[in-house]
Amino acid sequence: MKISLPELCLVVLVGASGSGKSSFAREHFRPTEVLSSDFCRGLVSDDENDQAATRDAFEVLHYIAAKRLAAGRLTVVDATNVQREARAPLVALAREHNVLPVAVVLNLPEKLCHERNRERPDRNFGPHVVARQSRQIRGSRKSLKREGFRHVFVLSSPEEVDSAVVERTRLWNNLKHEHGPFDIIGDVHGCADELISLLDRLGYVVSAAPDGAGYTVRSPERRRAVFLGDLVDRGPKTPDVLRLVMGMVASGDALCIPGNHDVKLARKLRGRDVRIAYGLAETLAQLEEEPPEFRDEVAAFLDGLVGHYVLDGGDLVVAHAGLKESLQGRASGRVRDFALFGETTGETDEFGLPVRYDWAEEYRGRAMVVYGHTPVPEAEWRNKTINIDTGCAFGGKLTALRYPERDLVSVPARHTYYRPAKPFLAVDAAAPPVAEERLHDDLLDIGDVAGKRIIPTRLQRNVTIREENAAAALEVMSRFGIDPRWLVYLPPAMSPSEASQRFDLLEHPAEAFAYYCRQGVPKVICEEKHMGSRAVVVVCRDERTPRARFGVPEGAGACYTRTGRSFFEDAALEDGLLTRLRDALDRTGIWEELDTDWVCLDCEIMPWSAKAAELLRGQYAAVGAAARPALSESLRTLETAASSGRDVGALQERYRERVEAVGRYVAAYRRYSWPVSSLEDLRLAPFHLLATEGAVHTDKDHGWHIGMLTKLCEADPGLLLATSHTTVETTDPESIEAGTRWWEEITDRGGEGMVVKPLDFVAGGKRGIVQPGVKCRGREYLRIIYGPEYTAPGNLERLRSRRLGTKRSLALREFALGIEALERFVRREPLYRVHECVFGVLALESEPVDPRL
Amino acid sequence: MLLTITSTHPPATDLGYLLHKNPARSQSFELPVGMAHVFYPEASDERCTAALLLEIDPVGLVRSEGRTTLREYVNDRPYAASSFLSVAISRVFGTALGGKSKDRPELAGRPLQLQARISVLPCHDGEDFLRRLFEPLGYSVGAERHPLDEEFPEWGESPYFTVELSGEVRLRDLLSHLYVLVPVLDDDKHYWVGEDEVDKLLRQGGEWLAGHPEREIIADRYLKHQRRLSDEALSRLMEEVDPEAESAESLDREEEAVEERITLGEQRLGAVVAALKDGEARRVLDLGCGEGKLLRALLQERDFEEIVGVDVSVRSLKRARERLRFDRLPPMQQSRLKLFQGSLIYRDRRLSGYDAAAVVEVIEHFDPPRLAAFERVLFGSARPRTVVLTTPNAEYNANFETLPAGEFRHRDHRFEWSRAEFRAWSEGVAERSGYRVRFLPVGTEDAVVGPPTQMAIFVRESARDQGGDG
Repeated sequence: MKISLPELCLVVLVGASGSGKSSFAREHFRPTEVLSSDFCRGLVSDDENDQAATRDAFEVLHYIAAKRLAAGRLTVVDATNVQREARAPLVALAREHNVLPVAVVLNLPEKLCHERNRERPDRNFGPHVVARQSRQIRGSRKSLKREGFRHVFVLSSPEEVDSAVVERTRLWNNLKHEHGPFDIIGDVHGCADELISLLDRLGYVVSAAPDGAGYTVRSPERRRAVFLGDLVDRGPKTPDVLRLVMGMVASGDALCIPGNHDVKLARKLRGRDVRIAYGLAETLAQLEEEPPEFRDEVAAFLDGLVGHYVLDGGDLVVAHAGLKESLQGRASGRVRDFALFGETTGETDEFGLPVRYDWAEEYRGRAMVVYGHTPVPEAEWRNKTINIDTGCAFGGKLTALRYPERDLVSVPARHTYYRPAKPFLAVDAAAPPVAEERLHDDLLDIGDVAGKRIIPTRLQRNVTIREENAAAALEVMSRFGIDPRWLVYLPPAMSPSEASQRFDLLEHPAEAFAYYCRQGVPKVICEEKHMGSRAVVVVCRDERTPRARFGVPEGAGACYTRTGRSFFEDAALEDGLLTRLRDALDRTGIWEELDTDWVCLDCEIMPWSAKAAELLRGQYAAVGAAARPALSESLRTLETAASSGRDVGALQERYRERVEAVGRYVAAYRRYSWPVSSLEDLRLAPFHLLATEGAVHTDKDHGWHIGMLTKLCEADPGLLLATSHTTVETTDPESIEAGTRWWEEITDRGGEGMVVKPLDFVAGGKRGIVQPGVKCRGREYLRIIYGPEYTAPGNLERLRSRRLGTKRSLALREFALGIEALERFVRREPLYRVHECVFGVLALESEPVDPRL
Repeated sequence: MLLTITSTHPPATDLGYLLHKNPARSQSFELPVGMAHVFYPEASDERCTAALLLEIDPVGLVRSEGRTTLREYVNDRPYAASSFLSVAISRVFGTALGGKSKDRPELAGRPLQLQARISVLPCHDGEDFLRRLFEPLGYSVGAERHPLDEEFPEWGESPYFTVELSGEVRLRDLLSHLYVLVPVLDDDKHYWVGEDEVDKLLRQGGEWLAGHPEREIIADRYLKHQRRLSDEALSRLMEEVDPEAESAESLDREEEAVEERITLGEQRLGAVVAALKDGEARRVLDLGCGEGKLLRALLQERDFEEIVGVDVSVRSLKRARERLRFDRLPPMQQSRLKLFQGSLIYRDRRLSGYDAAAVVEVIEHFDPPRLAAFERVLFGSARPRTVVLTTPNAEYNANFETLPAGEFRHRDHRFEWSRAEFRAWSEGVAERSGYRVRFLPVGTEDAVVGPPTQMAIFVRESARDQGGDG
């Protein structure tokens, strides 16, 4: 016998003790697919035959079965299941998870079962047990279908059992092997003219057969159309639409799923009594003109449509009214209903229409879901879902989504064919297309960020966020973070070069160049490291963009710190800065050059004292204030002692050096401090042009970034500071020498130092990507980091031993997450997907790492 | 760090006998944190000065393992007088500190004209406090305060003073005063706080401390600074964003101090509990529960069957757990109470299905643009039947004497609203979310500026009683 099972189902084995259920399961299923009650008894009681443990054992079995079904895995229950009461919870479980329950009955002769049991020392029950079980099986054979089992297979002899073949069949909705590309078309509703124009714009060649009996369609190379249902009703030419779509489906040029209107029409055509409303009357009148055979064809076509499809390896789901994740790829009446009608909350709105449950707002699934059903003025992305029913029959337009390109193509309705029950076009037609719908995106769920997380990134595979780090980030993000819709990026930590072995230095360019040379990077760029505070700036070109692209109703952009906090406490200062940047961008023509309405820049804002005033007062200046009188008085006292003949020569010498070191320390922090009373006192140095519309510029080298930004800086030299730079060949001693001199010049005039980066924004090394940058700080600057007297003999030696491994690994993970955030944003992924990465960077920043690196 | 002690009691060179250090020789001593050097810049019969020069090893302070150490190399510890000086005094001048002298036993027991000078002494509480500590002990105090940086006068004064104490005292007393009072003035981490500190304090201050008018603050500061090693991950982040990171507790205390006169906190809790009971709530949320004051009050009331404390700070939750002695509550009590970390601007299913939520002094900690998210999480998604929400009434601030005009009651407050502003926001929320709202003054109401705290009670309209939209 051939036992044909849907690829996802719950298989319930039914058979008396000794009927060979476990052997059958072993032969036809993977061990992990089979849940045996005996095994579960053993799990909870150490004794597979302990009948006292039965209740607990079945709780365990049902629990595991539920987990497997939720995960979409075929599951086999190996228990006697001879009583209806034992089977009922399994049927309920299958229903709950929208999978089909299947019964396989092993109805073997009692005698055989009893003999087999006798051979097993652990089954010391009498023949009456098997007798009772066999009776129960006979009693329930007829009722299994009524109990809800979709398929029932009965094997009645050892020979039948031996010759049984189990075959798994694909569910109708599983078209994962279809990879497209697709042109997904929203609710047509009898608008044949618009459909033909749309197909034409999509590159399909539609020609009407001369006899009016149909159309021939030639699709563009390898593309297929996908119709989201509601082909019929309301519009003027339902029969033409049906003829066209039926032809395309028959020739393999299209897929089609049903809409609620199609289903209702099919019922009517089959003679059922349905309410003639919502445009069905028009359809019926139009079909009256057609021959009866056509009506039969239509009925057969509509009846044969599958409720939803899972396409492209599971990355794409199409369903007329959408489909939440737990129902995708499942088969049940509930799944079909959801796909046709959506879910309602049970309430009705002021127009008397049912209030829809907003499944898309909470959608967090992997697959993109494309749907229609509810007319909207503009197709809008929400959490990886998109509704492309733009109300053609109501005078809106007919829209297609190209997949995987994600381009929207629309043709306007030629007429308003039908009046909607409630106005669906926005009252304020002049408002930017991204409106309230998109704003729903901003509500993030705690489940998007909390707990241990593993985030896949393009650059570094999976990045793991530990639970306690996520907890720390949750607090900081909640208390200090700006509106998450602006947070499209957070910058990574950067590691210094390995410690220099030169006697008087802790960091030197040689180690930075050597690192990249070792990693196989031939060419690096050295950029002056500005000493201020890191800032990420998002600048919008016009007033429309914040709302249209970021979904933020107000503001001109954002300027925030490396922990996602607003850079300026004073909103007017931020506005002023953004305006200046926007004007500079206007003047340079970068908007046009990059075809964008926004830019995201990685910057440093000077002076340091603007942001770090508290730190300067409380720590840096304070240490200077304590050190200078303490050391100078000590030195004076030593000098007095020396002049009265005490032997303090060595001490005196050391204190002279200490006084000098502290003087240099104070000079160092003073260089980065000046009073700020207005924008005029600030300098902003952009060094990465991270992203613009449609592009994360990691594919351009740093020469391009610096070049573009230098152009920008020239447009407003009062505010913007270009980053000086040079390039070095890591295998050319002369070039290295020149790079080293360049660094010396910078640090000699009091600069912080430089950052050495591979010329390519993302550079591969021996194992994965290499450090995106390594800093090399100047001798004087490092007094601010390692203390005023770090250069003293005895101090440097100890400071040289510093472990960079953790910092470097962290830098790479944060770099990968930051770029991933931008790429997701640029791909227009939902907010929670971008936020996950940005939040991850913040969480990693709470990892314990030496803060001086 | 330099301490000099000068005697003008002839023959002044006897100071060498009292200190057990020969004026003719310079000596060095190894200490756990560096080196101590003793030398005499001057030594004549009229005037003799001993210098104790303490060379702290700045790298060792950060790098050595096992000690509760500094996290910053840029630190005043190598330069300013601190508990390290006390360590040095006891190690280097231990005999003198004990009041003994082999060669001048009688002199050791006599008050002499002495002068002590500390090159840099931190005193965050200002010169007045310095004087209050030393003047009652009979010293005349000279103090010179140093600016933070003379090139940046706008940064103001530093907390560092050069201090000169002169008086007629026994040497052992002078040393003992310094031993105890330098760490008290410094009021910073002590790196050597251990179990025996109480003994040391009693031994060194036993004779004079009991009669000192500031004895309580001295004892308190001397002993208290054993910092808890709180949540390390968080403190690392906090340092980045908030260099003056202080524990929530101390900030809250500041706020309480401002509001203290009227024990507003208690009145507030009482009003919240009353409002919750009035709404016949059984299962309640305390959103932003902090360290658990309201939770404790709720636990007292049998009406509440399930009490859930939510806070965004893991540290606060931990402290709430400790304060409520959660682990030792009887099982019946324990099963009523749940605590977990949550954020009120991320939608959270765990908050759904409750009768009531208390949001006490929370919203003013949100940046105004984030209030929309808070509104949707609480009123749109969680949708408890009743929400009891309190916030300061900014108009009342004029009545707080200790609060400078224009400042908020708590440094983390992002706004404080007038009654009209609060009313407008609350009515908007109610309108948008299907709630009815009423307002209640909390605390003694002022005829002109109203009550110190304002409360809004939101009740979900039954017509839209279908639970959350999310």
